[in-house]
Amino acid sequence: MTPKWMVWVGGVLLAAVIAAALYFPALRRQVNKAKDLTEKTAEQARRELLPVAPVSTGDPKVKVKMFWGTRGEQGGLTPVSVELPLSRDPVLRAKQVLNTLLAGPVDPESRTLPPDAALLAFYILPDGTGIADFSDEVRSSTPSGIQSEQLAVESIARTLEANVPEVLRLKILIHGQEADTLAGHLDLTQAFRVSAKDATGTQLENPSPPGSSLPAPIQKAVDRVRQATQR
Amino acid sequence: MGPSFGAAYFFERTMRFRFGILLGVRSLPTTTLVLLGSLLGAALCAFSLAGAPQQQAGTTTQTPAAAPPTTAPHSGLNVVVLDPAHGGTDPGARGTEGISESDEVLQFAAATKKALEAQGFQVILTREGNNNPSFDDRSARANAQRGAVFISLHIASTGLAGTTRVYVQPDEPIPNTTSGLIPWDHAQAPFQSLSRKLGDLVQQELSKRFKGSPETLQTAPVRQLRTTAAPAIAVEISSVSVKDRAELDRMVPGVADGIARGVAAFRPSYVIPSIPVPGGSVQP
Repeated sequence: MTPKWMVWVGGVLLAAVIAAALYFPALRRQVNKAKDLTEKTAEQARRELLPVAPVSTGDPKVKVKMFWGTRGEQGGLTPVSVELPLSRDPVLRAKQVLNTLLAGPVDPESRTLPPDAALLAFYILPDGTGIADFSDEVRSSTPSGIQSEQLAVESIARTLEANVPEVLRLKILIHGQEADTLAGHLDLTQAFRVSAKDATGTQLENPSPPGSSLPAPIQKAVDRVRQATQR
Repeated sequence: MGPSFGAAYFFERTMRFRFGILLGVRSLPTTTLVLLGSLLGAALCAFSLAGAPQQQAGTTTQTPAAAPPTTAPHSGLNVVVLDPAHGGTDPGARGTEGISESDEVLQFAAATKKALEAQGFQVILTREGNNNPSFDDRSARANAQRGAVFISLHIASTGLAGTTRVYVQPDEPIPNTTSGLIPWDHAQAPFQSLSRKLGDLVQQELSKRFKGSPETLQTAPVRQLRTTAAPAIAVEISSVSVKDRAELDRMVPGVADGIARGVAAFRPSYVIPSIPVPGGSVQP
């Protein structure tokens, strides 16, 4: 004969297990929701801290040349003329044209960059190297492949070349960090030469110092961006 | 990345082997050394006696001009390192029909390996299963070989279905180093002209088989190629976005055959490039 107290303890334990089993899915949903919320909030906070889409309604409207993808599957870029209020300041101008490039063309099939990607920061170093810092989506949402990744980088380089002559080279960072590749193929450890002929990327004239993959001025800028995103 | 050296890696491997022999002999007892020395001496005597009549016969039938050009550069291309891209946690490009680049390239690599072996090449795969070696580990497979070419296989997520494109690294100057060793990060630099030659030949073969493919190779800073100290190309096939997986499967024999014929056509032009060293001498 089982003692009465043991029956009670067993019953309480069983009830606790059933209650936990019932509550577990709801708890998991809440945890996932909280995690998403935290990530979104962090991303939103970072974007607010680094306002990279300056509104310049006072600037005169000028015709700018944007390079979006050629319609069809052959690849390639097509220049498209767009009227934009454009700042005289090269850094602001670069941000304005890159944000327009990210906003995309009328035809979504001609996009070269993912719609959810954002430009977090843009700097121009004294040696003419433009540093464009994009959000993680530029890596996670760009179609993986040599051709598609090259088109993405080339559209940035050629748009800058056409509208911001002060930018001679382009260094792409993702979320303030140097990335090995854009989406698994294209090498982002180097700076791309911004040129009308070709933006396939050539090594910087000043080689990196031993032990570092970035030239000193770029490394400083990378550190600046990193500090800003960590704050 | 630290200042690691591709050529140094190769040098270390070679010299470790040589020193290994030397150290092994030194560690043996004296009696064994004497015995080995006697055997070696006897073998050398026998070899010289056997070779003497042949040498005499050679002098009577061949003039020095007709002798094999022992100093002329010879093709040392024997090994092809095939790199099925991605793998493991990195699926690469993903299609709407559940096609993933990392799985599909294994199929292309297996067929290409067979086609290359039929042409007499030794083939090394950077991966055979669902793992993902690092870029440097993949390059190291080729950098450890003497007389190898490197071919990275990819399937794009874009592009005209049923076409192929061959990519090489954009030109960069060969780094000037006092040691004559090639910095790991610039390992591809001395091999760029050879890579172009190989790429042209492979692209020509592929464009014959796949209409709509470009006639000439493309240049792109592909991360995998930069650290490879061998003629290196990337072949990208379009695409994972095909409506039916069978469309990609039908391309397998053509891609394998095109690559194998392109590499075979490249074999006569392959010579190990010399690396300029300050002071005028060269290091092969």
